[in-house]
Amino acid sequence: MKSKIVVALAGNPNSGKTTIFNSLTGSRQHVGNYPGVTVERKEGTVKHGDIEIEIVDLPGIYSLTAYSVEEVVARNFLVEEKPDIVVDIVDSSNLERNLYLAVQLKELGVPLVLAFNMSDMARALGYEYDLPKLSGFFEAPIVQTVGHRGQGMKELLDAVVATASAERAGCAKPLVEYGKDIEREITGIVSLVGKDAAMSEKYGARWLAIKLLEGDRDVQGRIRDPEIIERAAKSVSRLEGILHERLEAAMAGYRYGYISGACQESVRSTIEIRHHWSDRIDSVVTNRVMGLPIFLGLMYLVFQLTFTLGEPPMEWIEAAFGALGGTVAGFWPKGSESALKSLLVDGVIGGVGGVIVFLPNILLLFLAIAILEDSGYMARAAFIMDRLMHKIGLHGKSFIPMLVGFGCSVPAIMATRTLESRRDRLTTMLVIPLMSCGARLPIYALIIPAFFPQAWQAPMLWAIYLIGILLAVVLAKLLRSTLFRGESAAFVMELPPYRMPTVRGLLIHMWERGWLYLKKAGTIILCIAILMWALTSYPKKAVFDRDYESEADRIEVAYLAGVKDLNGKLELPGESGLLVGAIRAELAMAAKQEKHYEGEPGFAEAEREKDAAIAALARSEDGDVLTEFLELRDGIRKARDDFSQAVEKDGVAEGSPEYAGLAQARDNALKRIEAAHPDVYAPVLRFLDEAETPFREKLVELERSRKAEELSYSIAGRIGKALEPVLEPMGFDWRIGTALIGAFAAKEVFVVQMGIVFSVGEADEQSESLRKELSSHYSPLVAFCIMLFCLVSAPCMATIAITRQESGSWKWALLQLGGLTVTAYILTVLVFQAGRLAGIGV
Amino acid sequence: MSLTDVKTGKRVRFVAVDGGHALQGRLAALGLVPGAEIQVFQNEGRGPVILSVGCSRMALGRGMADKILVI
Repeated sequence: MKSKIVVALAGNPNSGKTTIFNSLTGSRQHVGNYPGVTVERKEGTVKHGDIEIEIVDLPGIYSLTAYSVEEVVARNFLVEEKPDIVVDIVDSSNLERNLYLAVQLKELGVPLVLAFNMSDMARALGYEYDLPKLSGFFEAPIVQTVGHRGQGMKELLDAVVATASAERAGCAKPLVEYGKDIEREITGIVSLVGKDAAMSEKYGARWLAIKLLEGDRDVQGRIRDPEIIERAAKSVSRLEGILHERLEAAMAGYRYGYISGACQESVRSTIEIRHHWSDRIDSVVTNRVMGLPIFLGLMYLVFQLTFTLGEPPMEWIEAAFGALGGTVAGFWPKGSESALKSLLVDGVIGGVGGVIVFLPNILLLFLAIAILEDSGYMARAAFIMDRLMHKIGLHGKSFIPMLVGFGCSVPAIMATRTLESRRDRLTTMLVIPLMSCGARLPIYALIIPAFFPQAWQAPMLWAIYLIGILLAVVLAKLLRSTLFRGESAAFVMELPPYRMPTVRGLLIHMWERGWLYLKKAGTIILCIAILMWALTSYPKKAVFDRDYESEADRIEVAYLAGVKDLNGKLELPGESGLLVGAIRAELAMAAKQEKHYEGEPGFAEAEREKDAAIAALARSEDGDVLTEFLELRDGIRKARDDFSQAVEKDGVAEGSPEYAGLAQARDNALKRIEAAHPDVYAPVLRFLDEAETPFREKLVELERSRKAEELSYSIAGRIGKALEPVLEPMGFDWRIGTALIGAFAAKEVFVVQMGIVFSVGEADEQSESLRKELSSHYSPLVAFCIMLFCLVSAPCMATIAITRQESGSWKWALLQLGGLTVTAYILTVLVFQAGRLAGIGV
Repeated sequence: MSLTDVKTGKRVRFVAVDGGHALQGRLAALGLVPGAEIQVFQNEGRGPVILSVGCSRMALGRGMADKILVI
């Protein structure tokens, strides 16, 4: 008994093969490519008792002809690698068609085990099988399974192991006999083929003869003896003369005849119609009038769900990453300039966090797509879209990858595998990046609220998505009429009956694609985040253009002098050190607290010191004035802060009745304070508005200026500045340029970079301060141009990498990169210049 | 007549397809062999034709359906 066996899984598309493969191998899978072609090769292992079983999932195929890459690949695998067992997964609710492949496998001579999958459906439809009889007809053990519930797996493996260790019967009688005339020709060819020992050893002489009669190109190419080919050609014309129909069709007829005969004897159907419910649903859904609106409605629903349901988990993840950043930063003393700390907190956690935040959104989208696919609706959607897509020059099947592209381009490009024609496939791959992916959302979320009033925001977002779609249409048409000229592949799409998706199946399908997004985050984006962090942090400037230290000192001195001037207003002696002392104590506390985290003893200690100092001052002569002053100051501050917090927290728009209400409350509070302390009120206001606020503003400006200097000194900054002449026609400046460099690597990085560039510290798309910065630096027109450029220009590195992988050459990936970027540039320049001339949004 | 001439709801039998090897092989694998019974489920306007063969339901592009001969 062998300790390791190799099993190949074959079956029609839609037969549930992949689900069974996943059930059997779980996470122990490996996905690769068959050499030279972009057909996926999935392998996995499972242990059954003492035996290790290696399972290879062959591509879904309807037969073993040589007309599609998948079929040839499957065939070659079976012949070259001679697996111990082939399991044919059969959709038992559509038996006869599915058995066509089984018959072909038998003809190839492989040891077969049949899995009657979807047996729950078959039972529901009233089919009853005489399994032993069928098993005899097809010379293979039959196991009933329900793939998406994971039922029957053990029995399947039992059958596999039993068949593998059973003695292989010698030259069995052929299953299907093709009638007197054809059989005669087969015999003739077999004797000739027998001479080519190598070939007949590998493939079996009879099989070769049959294939030659069918005109199989692949076999013809492998036969070296021209005599054999000639003989086959003669046979074909002879037979077609006798039978009066194409030979291939006739032979297919015999196969179906055998299957039909076998089924008539072994299958009983108690209910006639398989498609009853599906028919009724279809008459509505594929209806010429209602089909499209229903489809659009469903699409809208899908997007609504992903955005709204995704919110809470997104916020949760954001908070988690923020906390993580805080914790990690806590390992270093506060304010530390450690490079490692910066790398970890700003670079890694900030960068990667920005990607992971979108995971809920993306997973929900993939879940929705999985529901549509598993239930069978997708096929109808492709059918409905085909007419439209055809007009653009795309294939109806392009629709699904494009839909996936709204989540992430990487799984979308992989999904183009279902397109048979290379032309269709390449065109679709090249335009998929225009389906605005999830990574671009933070860019829009940052910019739109910063520049556009509430009422315009949702329409703006829609507009961006729509522009992407329209551009894709235009570009696709362009590509199809130039580079990829030619007929689109014929549209053949099987419409499986509607079925209720299982939770298990949905989760598997959702995760298959979601995992790719995560992997992208974990690898490429991580590297890029680190790279960008390095580019923006280094080289560090040591000597600055402005002497920041002494300027800061001067500002502080001016502040304190201004405070001293207030002495007169409060009827204190001119040289009184009360106010100045109190303010000084507060500044000292602030300085000390910079160096400690809130929990540390030093933090509380600094506050205690300040309190002691102020208490001492309060006890001295005229100390009560100080106390009143401070009390009022805090009161006014609180009224103002409460107002701004309420506005920001609830997102109250200026000019709305709510806003007026909050302002009124604030003003009332202020009036009450004034009434209670009429003499001191005015000086305190003066302090707040003319001394303290300018003081803080000046310090902030100083800090920003310093950071900007640092940034422009760094590599990224220099690149941005160097690019400025190119960016100008679009209305961009070097800062945007720096952010775009980061965005090239991964779109999510754009927002983080903008935060760095405007030195707002940690920025995300919710950052009010970043939004304020942006709206004060740029016009709405420029903002729109930024979004436009980001939408169209080069997709992220991960997309380019996957394009290269799926298309098989760098040529297409680079075309995608270059073409989209150039288009983006031209378009943005046009929009900006036109907007400027027309005076829109400037 | 060609498949595209068949009205929605009618049943016909497959005769042959006016096309090359590839098309034939493909259709055969899907069950479209001489004598196979086809029921046309939807044939409107200029979009694909939906039909059922045996227990399978499928949609075929108009171009392809045009080439299929039935009686």
